[in-house]
Amino acid sequence: MTTELFIQYLMAGITYGSIYAIVAIGFNIIYNTTGIINFAQGEFVMFGGMIAISLLQYMPLPLAIALSVAITMLIGALIEICFIRWLKAPSVLRMIIITIGISIISREVAVHIWGESIRSLPYFIGNEISSIPVLGARISPQVLWVIAVSALMVVCLGIFFKTTSVGREMRACASNRKAATLCGINTQNMVTLSFVLSAGIGALAGCVMSPITYSQYDMGTGLAIKGFTVAILGGLGSSGGAVAAGLLLGIIEAFSVSVVPLAFQDAISIAILLIILFVRPQGLFGSKEAAGLSEF
Amino acid sequence: MKKLLSVLPLLGVVIGIHLLTSATDTMYYLTQMTMSAYYSLLIIGLCVLMGYAGQISLGHAGFFAIGGYLSAALTTNNLTFHQDSTLLRILDGTGMLLSGHDMYGEVFLVVTPWAACIIAVATAALIAVIIGIPVLKLKGHYLAMATLGFGIIIYRVTLALEYFGEADGISEVPPFVLLPGLSVSGDFSARVQNYYIAWILLLLGMVLLLNLIDSRVGRALRGIHGSDEAADAMGVNTSRFKLQTFVLSAVFAAVAGVFLTHYNGGIGPSEANVMKSVRYVAIVAVGGMANLWGALLMGIILNFLSMRGVFGSYDDAVFGLILILIMLFAPNGILSINIRYRLRQLFSREKDGEEGGQR
Amino acid sequence: MGKKEGSGRMALLEVNKLSKRFGGLLAVNDVSFQVNSGQIKAVIGPNGAGKTTLFNMISGTFPATSGSVVFREQELKGKKTFQVAERGMARTFQNIKMFSGMTALENVMVGRHVQSNAGFLSSMFRMPWVWKEERDIRDKAMEFLALLEIEEFANTDAGSLAFGQQRAVELARALALEPQLLLLDEPAAGLNIYETAEVGRLITKIRDLGITVLLVEHDMSLVMEISDEIVVLCFGEKIAEDSPQNIQQNPEVIKIYLGED
Repeated sequence: MTTELFIQYLMAGITYGSIYAIVAIGFNIIYNTTGIINFAQGEFVMFGGMIAISLLQYMPLPLAIALSVAITMLIGALIEICFIRWLKAPSVLRMIIITIGISIISREVAVHIWGESIRSLPYFIGNEISSIPVLGARISPQVLWVIAVSALMVVCLGIFFKTTSVGREMRACASNRKAATLCGINTQNMVTLSFVLSAGIGALAGCVMSPITYSQYDMGTGLAIKGFTVAILGGLGSSGGAVAAGLLLGIIEAFSVSVVPLAFQDAISIAILLIILFVRPQGLFGSKEAAGLSEF
Repeated sequence: MKKLLSVLPLLGVVIGIHLLTSATDTMYYLTQMTMSAYYSLLIIGLCVLMGYAGQISLGHAGFFAIGGYLSAALTTNNLTFHQDSTLLRILDGTGMLLSGHDMYGEVFLVVTPWAACIIAVATAALIAVIIGIPVLKLKGHYLAMATLGFGIIIYRVTLALEYFGEADGISEVPPFVLLPGLSVSGDFSARVQNYYIAWILLLLGMVLLLNLIDSRVGRALRGIHGSDEAADAMGVNTSRFKLQTFVLSAVFAAVAGVFLTHYNGGIGPSEANVMKSVRYVAIVAVGGMANLWGALLMGIILNFLSMRGVFGSYDDAVFGLILILIMLFAPNGILSINIRYRLRQLFSREKDGEEGGQR
Repeated sequence: MGKKEGSGRMALLEVNKLSKRFGGLLAVNDVSFQVNSGQIKAVIGPNGAGKTTLFNMISGTFPATSGSVVFREQELKGKKTFQVAERGMARTFQNIKMFSGMTALENVMVGRHVQSNAGFLSSMFRMPWVWKEERDIRDKAMEFLALLEIEEFANTDAGSLAFGQQRAVELARALALEPQLLLLDEPAAGLNIYETAEVGRLITKIRDLGITVLLVEHDMSLVMEISDEIVVLCFGEKIAEDSPQNIQQNPEVIKIYLGED
């Protein structure tokens, strides 16, 4: 394999990997505050891209993206308020089924608004054929956008959770909900906030990836499976783990293109998911003891 | 015997529906009733897995597809070019091959439907064992995702393999001759016959499962659902029972797939779609999870309405909505809300100490 | 087959140098004792002494870090809980684990699991012998309900019974295994003084049927009343093993309990 080709694959892997990492972090944020795996996580990404594409007719790109992220966050809040908030100690099975239902409804809403056609946002800079030389390989500038925005999101989330008081309250809520309530934290609002945050980062990822990977009403399930794979791989609930695992999965996928037929591309990540679930459900970087303690 | 008696009224209803449609000249309903019966066969199997053994599966359309696709491919794809392989010789020697001439006079060689059915169902069972051993160690979200992943892999396989017709699926699947004069096919003249084949198969499945639930095995399963740990301490081999239930439900799904494929004369990738699996889960949930009769009733009603096109282009949305509403407002199923409570009150008037419905 | 360890006497259950480490915490440290056939043996100790951990290792819920458990002359290492149950060891739980949604009778019928055979296929097709077996299971289950004087609740949903009655159902369920050894994890937890006395009476009744009982208990009066021998645990270590009378005199035990309360 030539160096150029190697760089090409590597960059493609990192691009997709960053998206998977963001979806996985979305899973983690909600999981940490509620113990729920939100099967509708992929739909946030879809909504982000689709809404921005529609808004683009009326406003410039940056504004369309900002507004799209805001609207998706609102959708996230509405979902939590309508379906999650008032359930008292629901069983895991019930929560799984409810979030699956939400994902189906979201998809159906999307198909009735936007149809089944594949759409995309324009490239943020340049177009399909513009490229930047990186170590001899030619890389689309949008790839750099995806990587930069994803990295920025991870850093900002880190700062948010570490330094702001709201972020600290969310972490308190994650580590012990009852204790957090006793300390006067409104845990219900923290849960809503986790849905809003999760929807927001998903939507932003949906916008930056749209020029490369396109947006379609049914893209959510595939992304959700991959995001979940990454979340598990990195150890459920761990953001650092999600980033590492996301990049790993992205790169594995990218390099497997030369070996595995395209039709089975998705099967790779699912196979990895199944293997990981069987062999090391606590993830590559998680500890077994901790996994044993969490309720499933 | 008791179980047999409890499904007899249903047999009466089945005959009644036939007579009613023939009297009102609406016999075309029987086609959807037949298809609903096959889907319901899968659903009651899934009901035992979800409601009684307490294990969710988001991959049951996969087992349906394994049954349907294998039996379609084996009975339809011409094997003439592989005539000399040892495997084929063995098949031929045991009378499992069927040869004939197609419409152009070319020789073609296929597997007989009976043999294909057995191979298909056995394969589904085998895959269920292989998948089930690791998957059933998982719980909750992990189990849901793992079975979802399995379903997606099957879907991809049906789309990718030329042997399974890729996006077009397999068509012109021959009838399944059960006995001379009795065959599963979509032939117009065989509509009534097929309606009864489907329903008798479904009722038979129902009797078997009702027997199972009310037995040592059924109690152990309900025990596992009630408290894994306590069932374990009672000497119940929980992992083996979960696995056996998983395989059983996979067999029900595969049998349904085989029969429906012969009835429709074909199968396409949409049968393996994840959305189908979700739909089955939705129907079991609406029926009340641990309620075979509820699953059966809802399986028939919802599949029938869906296939009549009542929900139009909102078909999937309707199932999504049902799923959410049921889980939000009536997690014990729609039958638990009012009707059952009232019925019970009606029948046990003398015992006023009875508790109310299960909420 | 494990070999019998050194001791000359035949014990139903031998616990040899059993230890359990959770991360950095040594929950049970090098505990050994024997339970002889026909006796009621109690394990007592202050909160966090490792009693329940010890129990869970004996019943196979989780493996020991080191040491061994020999039951009916067979080493239980690597045996799963259900296999331990099949071998004749039944248990109850501290916070009762009823099969809710099933009647009291059905709960006890599950207890007949290891004493019956019907599998998936024979149940589905209702083989003639399955009919007979079902009838036997039901009759036996009723007998055990009667033994614990709760037959009147046979057809009540077990989850809706009063706490004390649930305890009795749980006992009946465990007895239905016809075990040689019955493990009771805090049988008096959550019961009032009258119910506790009642449970004590039932436990002696069970012992008198020839079933050996090993219990973990907090309630001193119950333990002193019914046990033949007592093991005292403190911070995971055995500090005494003796008859109830001697334990009450043991200065070390007194120190722990006075220091605790």
